[in-house]
Amino acid sequence: MPPEGARPSLPLLTGSPMNKLRENNALKGWMMLSPLALVLLAFLVTPIIMITVVSFWRATEFSIIPAFVWENYDFLFGSPVTYTVFFNTFKYALITWAATFVIGFTVAYYLAFHIRTQTWQIALFLLCTIPFWTSNIIRMISWIPFLGRNGIANSALISWGVIDEPVEWLLFSDFAVILAFVHLYTLFMVVPIFNTMMRIDRSLIEAARDAGANGIQILWNVILPLTKPGIMIGTIFVVTLVMGDFITVRFMSGSQSANVGRLISNDIALLQYPSASATAIVLLLTVLIVIGILLRFVDIRKEL
Amino acid sequence: MTTSKNDLELVGVTKRYGATVAVDAIAHKFKPGSYACLLGPSGCGKSSTLRMIAGHESVTDGAILLGGRDISHLAPAQRGTAMMFQNYALFPHLSVIDNVGFSLKMQGVDTAKRRAKAGEMLELVDLTALGDRLPDQLSGGQQQRVALARALITRPDVLLLDEPLSALDPFLRIRMRAELKKLQKELGISFIHVTHGQDEALALADEIVVMNNAVIEQAGPAQEVFNAPKTQFVARFMGGHNVIALSGGHYAIRADAVDVTPSTQGVVEGHVTAVEYQGTHVSVLSRIAGDQEITALIPDGAFFANPHSPGDTIGLSWDTSKLHQLTA
Repeated sequence: MPPEGARPSLPLLTGSPMNKLRENNALKGWMMLSPLALVLLAFLVTPIIMITVVSFWRATEFSIIPAFVWENYDFLFGSPVTYTVFFNTFKYALITWAATFVIGFTVAYYLAFHIRTQTWQIALFLLCTIPFWTSNIIRMISWIPFLGRNGIANSALISWGVIDEPVEWLLFSDFAVILAFVHLYTLFMVVPIFNTMMRIDRSLIEAARDAGANGIQILWNVILPLTKPGIMIGTIFVVTLVMGDFITVRFMSGSQSANVGRLISNDIALLQYPSASATAIVLLLTVLIVIGILLRFVDIRKEL
Repeated sequence: MTTSKNDLELVGVTKRYGATVAVDAIAHKFKPGSYACLLGPSGCGKSSTLRMIAGHESVTDGAILLGGRDISHLAPAQRGTAMMFQNYALFPHLSVIDNVGFSLKMQGVDTAKRRAKAGEMLELVDLTALGDRLPDQLSGGQQQRVALARALITRPDVLLLDEPLSALDPFLRIRMRAELKKLQKELGISFIHVTHGQDEALALADEIVVMNNAVIEQAGPAQEVFNAPKTQFVARFMGGHNVIALSGGHYAIRADAVDVTPSTQGVVEGHVTAVEYQGTHVSVLSRIAGDQEITALIPDGAFFANPHSPGDTIGLSWDTSKLHQLTA
């Protein structure tokens, strides 16, 4: 008698090659993996390989010559502009990260621990996503009439008597760039942090209170350490998005500031593909190193 | 009258959630330095009562006195109570020793002193070797000991345990039960243990408080509650009893005080509906006139000398002095 629950197989078919294939678990695993693997291969790995290849090509003002030369990288690392631009990129990433973290953590904390009913939690959470109902560009442009020289912000401040003359740094400045970044990307911080916070066992907070912890001690000793994986996922989102961005910087700085993304986009506009590729490769490696460092601090596997 | 510092008293304690009454003006004085079990079915208010004593639930009405001091509105840590949570609620990001020393850290005790104190507590629960592990690296029983050590480090006058054994497998449950009892004797403080298992309560408690529908049905020493249940609910919930309606009211009689006889010689006649072999005893379930069910617990030797099977007509007899009248 076969054991209970074993799949009955027709005697004629056992041992046929088709059945052997079906029983091969390793093969089954690969087959199930293949659709995603193929998509990633076609749309992620191949382009990166192509960019890498092109980054070694030679370019003149009017032609691109397949070759294997380091001149694009030589030029990139030899130019002081590169360092300024990379510094700028890191500066934007760091300040945006700090702002989105503070806002994101606060919002997520409020939603997760102070809103008691699930209905309200969902309602307020959806409220946070409203900005995402329009495109990035529209959200950015909508800041312009608000922040401009004669915009709402300036006129309001003047009419309240806070300032006498319009403030110049509100628009087309680093302030504007970072403001737009924070506006665009805070939700990417809120979502993973909220998600992690919702998984914190509420009895841990009672246990902390039972041990005499006050609100701030609970936040510092229990909630913050247990929210680390969510913070880390949010950080990766925000840092990679900000480091790869070029359009926000162009719009909000009025083309007065540059980050690596803009360097690449300018090269592309000038048809300097090899140079753009080399910059892209350096940026990619930089971002990967940053993520690598971040992952060393926190184990996010539990969250995935 | 002297009040010792672990003298816990509930005075008209009430908990209402909107219109629902979870705990209805209960009053009880716990025997100081004893092991008390709050026993009852789920939703009877026993957990709410414990959480009100701990300070994790506000008291709607009434007062909780500990050592003559009204603690009803104090913060949990100021009450002199400590709570052990149902799923232990160990901090997953802290090592065992830091979990145990958590409350000292909150008080601002420096690391070396805190670790030394926590080490002492771990010694008390036999976990000294595992101080550096994280909670997920421990078994259920070990986690429970950590939770116990963490609750005891503040030297509470009363330890509150919320269904502490429910997450353990049956074998471990019996072992931990013995350890809890031993620890309580060693420390001499009051333990208040919430459970829905009557066997657990009987095994552990010096004093059992049976709750049902937001009120205390009966409170007293374990043996008294078991042998002299006051109400039908208590008799049924404690198990081991038959509740029979006779002329003159309801009576409880222990299942092992009921005897099976040939059908003509019993006090009443019954039809066997089920026979369950339980090892040392055999339980014979029968139906008597008035559609009442009676369980007779017969020693296995006596049963197999004269076996019965479902459908048989038997007589049931008992010593009338063993009948115990119920008030409700």
